Amino acid sequence: MSELKLPPIDYAALAPTLILLGAALVGVLVEAFVPRRRRHVVQLAVALLAVLGALTMVVLNANDRLITIGGAIAIDGPALFLQGAILVLAAMALLLIGERTVERGGAFVAQAAVTAESADDRRQADGAPGATEVYPLTSFAVGGMLIFVAANDLLTMFIALEVLSLPLYLLCALARRRRLLSQEAAMKYFLLGAYASAFFLFGVALVYGFTAGIPGRSAGVDFATIHAAVAESPSSPVLLFGGMAMIAIGLLFKAGAAPFHVWTPDVYQGAPTPITGFMAACTKVAAFGALLRVFHVAFEGARWDFTPVLGVVAVLTMLVGAVLAVTQTDIKRLLAYSSIANAGYLLVGVLAPTSDGVSGTMFYLVAYGFSVLAAFAVVTLVRDADGEATHLSRWAGLGQRSPFYAGLFTFILLAFAGIPLTSGFTSKFAVFSAAFDGGQGWLVIAGVLTSMVLAFPYLRVVVLMWLSEPGESTPAVVVPGWLTSAALTIGVVATLVLGVFPQPLLDLAAGAAEFVR
Amino acid sequence: MSDFPFLSVLTVAPLVGALVVAVLPRRRPELAKQVALGWSLLVLALSVVMWVTWQTGGDRFQFRESYPWIPNWGVNFTFAADGIALVMLMLIALLVPLVILASWHDAESSKRSVPTYFALLLVLECTMIGVFAAADVFLFYVFFEVMLVPMYFLIGSYGGHQRQYAAVKFFLYSLVGGLFMLAAVIGLWVVGGKTFDWVALSEVDISTGAERWLFLGFFIAFAIKAPFFPFHTWLPDAGGAAPAGAAALLVGVLDKVGTFGLLRYCLPLFPDAAKWFAPWALALGVIGIIYAALLAIGQNDLKRLVSYTSIAHFGFIGVGIFAFTSQAATGAVLYMVNHGLATGLLFLVVGMLVARRGSALISDFGGAGKMVPLLAGVLFFAGLASLALPGTAPFISEFLVLIGTFSVNKPVAVIATLGVILAAAYVLWMVQRTTQGTLNPALTEVEGMKRDLNLREKVVVAPLVALILLLGFYPKPVTDVINPAVQATMQDIGKTDPAPSAGTPQEASR
Repeated sequence: MSELKLPPIDYAALAPTLILLGAALVGVLVEAFVPRRRRHVVQLAVALLAVLGALTMVVLNANDRLITIGGAIAIDGPALFLQGAILVLAAMALLLIGERTVERGGAFVAQAAVTAESADDRRQADGAPGATEVYPLTSFAVGGMLIFVAANDLLTMFIALEVLSLPLYLLCALARRRRLLSQEAAMKYFLLGAYASAFFLFGVALVYGFTAGIPGRSAGVDFATIHAAVAESPSSPVLLFGGMAMIAIGLLFKAGAAPFHVWTPDVYQGAPTPITGFMAACTKVAAFGALLRVFHVAFEGARWDFTPVLGVVAVLTMLVGAVLAVTQTDIKRLLAYSSIANAGYLLVGVLAPTSDGVSGTMFYLVAYGFSVLAAFAVVTLVRDADGEATHLSRWAGLGQRSPFYAGLFTFILLAFAGIPLTSGFTSKFAVFSAAFDGGQGWLVIAGVLTSMVLAFPYLRVVVLMWLSEPGESTPAVVVPGWLTSAALTIGVVATLVLGVFPQPLLDLAAGAAEFVR
Repeated sequence: MSDFPFLSVLTVAPLVGALVVAVLPRRRPELAKQVALGWSLLVLALSVVMWVTWQTGGDRFQFRESYPWIPNWGVNFTFAADGIALVMLMLIALLVPLVILASWHDAESSKRSVPTYFALLLVLECTMIGVFAAADVFLFYVFFEVMLVPMYFLIGSYGGHQRQYAAVKFFLYSLVGGLFMLAAVIGLWVVGGKTFDWVALSEVDISTGAERWLFLGFFIAFAIKAPFFPFHTWLPDAGGAAPAGAAALLVGVLDKVGTFGLLRYCLPLFPDAAKWFAPWALALGVIGIIYAALLAIGQNDLKRLVSYTSIAHFGFIGVGIFAFTSQAATGAVLYMVNHGLATGLLFLVVGMLVARRGSALISDFGGAGKMVPLLAGVLFFAGLASLALPGTAPFISEFLVLIGTFSVNKPVAVIATLGVILAAAYVLWMVQRTTQGTLNPALTEVEGMKRDLNLREKVVVAPLVALILLLGFYPKPVTDVINPAVQATMQDIGKTDPAPSAGTPQEASR
């Protein structure tokens, strides 16, 4: 047996991930040693500082193009861009998570183990300070995402998938109110997520078997090996196709693409709204980052085989998201279906076989993340004595009660609908033009047709807010604390700026669109 | 002076005005109105200067400006106007102050903020100017879509009965058309070598199949916008529910974006496809003329009636565009201007009547001329202009369209001429039922009907009446500007007018 040698590790390149995971561990210690009443501030500060520190490291590393730690991690343009995106969006999400003035004690349950609907539950809902474990959990999830988009072999990717998923399952269960709904959401997410992970792992095994079957090459699951094996593969390799399909299922589940989307509306509705926003923005970035890397690096040579299948998935995703969004009566479910449809548009970008496709998808991810976080920030503000008023009928006439916030939300909805001068339009243009240029005109047609359907539910909300008269039960918008205000401002301003002056970010994305192999 | 960036300043100025008006305090609506009116007059003054600076017989595109916007996609803020765009810009600049003046009290009946109404009108002016001034396909698309937003809120927040339904229908129809166009815009960008510049794109050679699909994408958007049969059903709802001023702008200008788009984008960029689709487009135009006129006859709602007449008129414009003769095309462009004046006037006058009576139903009127003679007289005049009576401006355009079409396609011209007769029927019957005959006793009890036109309203209608008469007798200033642009468009699609055949016996005997 040969001696195990430590591979060279570029700690600077890994610093963002290490900072986040370190901060998560510090957060666990804070839980143990800092007095309860100070924990919230300390935890929030630790998490925010870690995210900002990691972001600084990403910026300092901006010119790195390398593979390190024995080929497990690739720090290249897309990895750095997506890590930066995840960190910026995570900072915004942390602001929402840390908000405690909108609701006394914050959006999270005081003790997750309390029996739902019991007297204890009602007591904690009345304003006991929320659990501060959410901050280390969030840090762990973000750390996992950072590895996920940079993983250079399928096993590292799987581990990152678990590191990012497990904290999310927990976070989903921590809503302060409607505990049963929240716990049900977490349970569903966990069970289905476990299946998806199993699929992914099985796919990895099949791909390993496939690479082992190529004569004259060593087997492996790192992307360079797979890439080379695909290039030399026989005409229709069953192992490759099976493995590719199962890996895709695992990733598409996280991305929320049909037909693996069924968890999305329930989880988005049940999870605490800041966590919903965090998932809609950051998890999407991570999932699509992984999809980009797997299909543009590892399986690039099999493009002709997977494009038709994934194209059908994309069309189905857009269709399901758009059509089912029409019938929704709950704002969080509506946004969930909208996020499914957006996953479809993102897939259109992933399938464009050019670097424009990669940069367009990355641009879309950032633009959508800002908008969707701002949207959920507004959702946290529309509330009455029983918590958030998410039923659409309660939003009737909101434009007259609170014109400012209704105006902001209208702007975000127009962005989702793809009206020009918002980031929704420029990002759609980026992915559609890349797809058209790459010969995927049919996906563009499908995208345009579903956009028409999807415009209707958005417009319905606008009509409700502005053109309906406020009813007895229309709640007023709560004045947000500075944390939510900051997140909302960042989201709305980014939506506008990326719609009017997208050039700097487009340049950044175009300069970061090449993978290293 | 010709170096002055007229078009960008004209586009931005109303937007700045809108911001100023929007931040004015809600409690001082009079101030907001005055500022909005003053601002729109400023825009009008600037566009008059631009009109004077225009060099007749000069380049096809003048006042060209270009600033980089999104270099990655080859998008520029490129503005340039040809003669067609110039006359439309003048029409906008003229109509907006009149509409603001006419809508002086419109917003007060609604519970919404009055300054917002006028701010929205100015935003609408900005987008309308932008859409006609753009010479970059991307920029055009941006204005084309953004234009929906202020109009949506004007209809939805300040409209009358069924305003929600009408606003949503308007927005969805236009958005659907816009998204078809987006697909075509992206396609054009890819086949055109990743540029959005109109001049560069017009020189690109596109394969026949691609050209037809792209043409169709643009055509559907413009046919919905214009609107042509069978995409017209949103207009009566929107026109019926919108406040009169917004309706005048909707039908007078906003819908012209559709016909303008056909002339500026569909014909020059896809000439062969345009010729291939022309019979279908002509058929839609003719059906629209007859069908909408028949529906107009049956209407009992004044604003819906005027909307239907407009659909018939858009049929004429469509026929003029797709006849591919310079006479017909000149007629179509002239029609766009004259229809803006005549129907704009008609909508404003109808709005004044409706505001007095508190109802838009024809059956609620009857003999109104005995109570408000001046208003009834202006309504009669606007109606006559709308049915293209000789001596009013629309006559010249309608006549040009018909003779231009007759020289190449007799059946279409003959059927379209039937529309002229139907126009007389719907206009005269409407005028008769509202202002003539025995006085409806219910009218005498309505306080508003006791007031005839006041000074403000006279100021609103006078310029329009004067222009309709002036251009009816002496259209040369406008046709001189239009003609070179129309000739150039005809050259783009490679069509020359047929030689006159009556005077050459050799040809006739052949």
